[in-house]
Amino acid sequence: MTEREVVIKLRGIRNQFGSQVVHEDLDLDVYRGEILGVVGGSGTGKSVLLRTIAGLQRPAAGSVDVLGTDVLNADEDTRQALENRWGVMFQDGALFSSLTVRENIEVPMRAIPGLDPAIRSNLADLKISMVGLQYLAGDKYPSELSGGMRKRAGLARALALDPDIVFLDEPTAGLDPIGAAAFDQLIRGLSHSLGLTVFLVTHDLDTLHATCDRIAVLAERKVLVTGTMQDMLDVDHPWVHEYFHGPRARAAAQAEPRASEKKGD
Amino acid sequence: MHLSGPLTIYTVTAARTELQALAPDDVSTLDISALDRLDTAGAWALVQLQTRFADAGRDVSITGASSEAASLLESVEQAMPEKQAVAEERLTFKAWLDRFGRKVMSGVAFLRALTAYLGMFLHRLGRAIRHPSEFRLTSLVHHCEEVGLKAVPIVALMAFLIGVVLAFQGSTQLRQFGAEVFVVDLIAISVLRELGILLTAIIVAGRTASAFTAAIGSMKMREEIDAMRTLGLDPAMNLFVPRILALLIMLPILGLIANLAGLFGGGLMSWIDLGISPAMFMTRLVEGTSVDHVFVGLVKAPFFALIIGVVGCHAGMQVQSNAESLGRMTSNAVVTAIFAVIVADAVFSIFFARIGI
Repeated sequence: MTEREVVIKLRGIRNQFGSQVVHEDLDLDVYRGEILGVVGGSGTGKSVLLRTIAGLQRPAAGSVDVLGTDVLNADEDTRQALENRWGVMFQDGALFSSLTVRENIEVPMRAIPGLDPAIRSNLADLKISMVGLQYLAGDKYPSELSGGMRKRAGLARALALDPDIVFLDEPTAGLDPIGAAAFDQLIRGLSHSLGLTVFLVTHDLDTLHATCDRIAVLAERKVLVTGTMQDMLDVDHPWVHEYFHGPRARAAAQAEPRASEKKGD
Repeated sequence: MHLSGPLTIYTVTAARTELQALAPDDVSTLDISALDRLDTAGAWALVQLQTRFADAGRDVSITGASSEAASLLESVEQAMPEKQAVAEERLTFKAWLDRFGRKVMSGVAFLRALTAYLGMFLHRLGRAIRHPSEFRLTSLVHHCEEVGLKAVPIVALMAFLIGVVLAFQGSTQLRQFGAEVFVVDLIAISVLRELGILLTAIIVAGRTASAFTAAIGSMKMREEIDAMRTLGLDPAMNLFVPRILALLIMLPILGLIANLAGLFGGGLMSWIDLGISPAMFMTRLVEGTSVDHVFVGLVKAPFFALIIGVVGCHAGMQVQSNAESLGRMTSNAVVTAIFAVIVADAVFSIFFARIGI
């Protein structure tokens, strides 16, 4: 296997809130073009980790390196340039409620100098269609959309500038199984056609089976283990074993052959 | 034709102008092997060009695409949105009339809803009298403190200052006629009859209508109201009755406090500015001013209280599941309550003038 480019490199991360230490000496590598699923029990700091990489939370110690830039010590301009190369989708989309979906997607594009407004709105329409929303959804306000549509619109905004990396926080939480499966397919498809690196925080075993190339397990304040789904099944750690061998995991695993057939075509 | 350089969202505006200038006969193939970067925006421009030429009956093939570029082009081509015409509204006279009619009807519906809430409150109040065990006394006391006791400092200070202003303005005008002593009548009648209770109601509307809307609205937003219903608790009995009843009890008391503070402020200023001693002020007040004025003022208090309480509770129940509507309804409640209080005051003024009190 050839040496793959590392796009996110975390070393020795330490996060703490008051006396409660969430992460201690945490290391993680994410490779270009892969879909990494981050799992862990409640309170193990999955979202905190995402926020740390995206620069929303400053770690007490350690280094965060994204696309060759030291995030923690970068100056304002470098950070700005970097922020245009990643997109974040928050749990409920975090769309600006006073703007329509199309205007929401145009927000990151407004930062680009000299971009013709007509082209901007056409590109926003394209993104809306790429995430599987109807054309007319572009004129709606976030409050008029269902949860699944808001997530799709949030993803479209995260993808507005064709980022190298997208961070997804619980993309399928609160969706019905059909909607969740469709969203898994969407992530997989977009990652393939746009060459995206996806950092995905989830609880959903089906999502892990259907979309992720690699899984990182957060436990005991660090990344306990990373590897493919197959590797996870062989890990001899009580929590990891329970997680990947529990009744829900078995059900998801049985569904996997069908999911991988779909992936093939 | 060969394309080179980056074709991304940063360069697409210029590139598209050039691509649009091309006539269908100029090009047969587009070689993109020399592009160092292609993103969705660039792919969109290429696909648009292809579509435009295809409409002119000419096929342009894109060659030299790397596998990533090919898959990007393919997915963009599949996703090309089809513009759907949005039904456009033309502002004809009929449309304007239609909109105006709807506005009027929604205003009527709003008034009906407020009346319904008033009826609901009275009904539940009657029920609480018949079944005292259902009534929430602790809640009532809590709201009396929130609505009444905590409003005393602001209401008293406001009324005191109004008294001071009246005395000061009145004295400068009345001195021209040598009728300084009538400043007592001026202060007494305007504070007792109108200003004391009206300004108290306005302050309470600002303070309390917004608080009612915010409290009930956030419960509505988090489905707590629905939870109450499923648990067999009546929101009107548990939320509206204690709040509106607390206002009914406390607003007259606040009005009385405002009257006293207003007279005190006026008296103090008359003493300092005009040399009307407190004893003289008192004598003039008791002799020259009928006690009717106090009643005319305070009889309005319960009506104002009902208006403020009903408007606040109704607005709270209109909150939907987003935070924006909570903010909008809260400010709506304050504006509506203050407006309604002033309208009611005007109606009372006319009524009292007609019956000659």
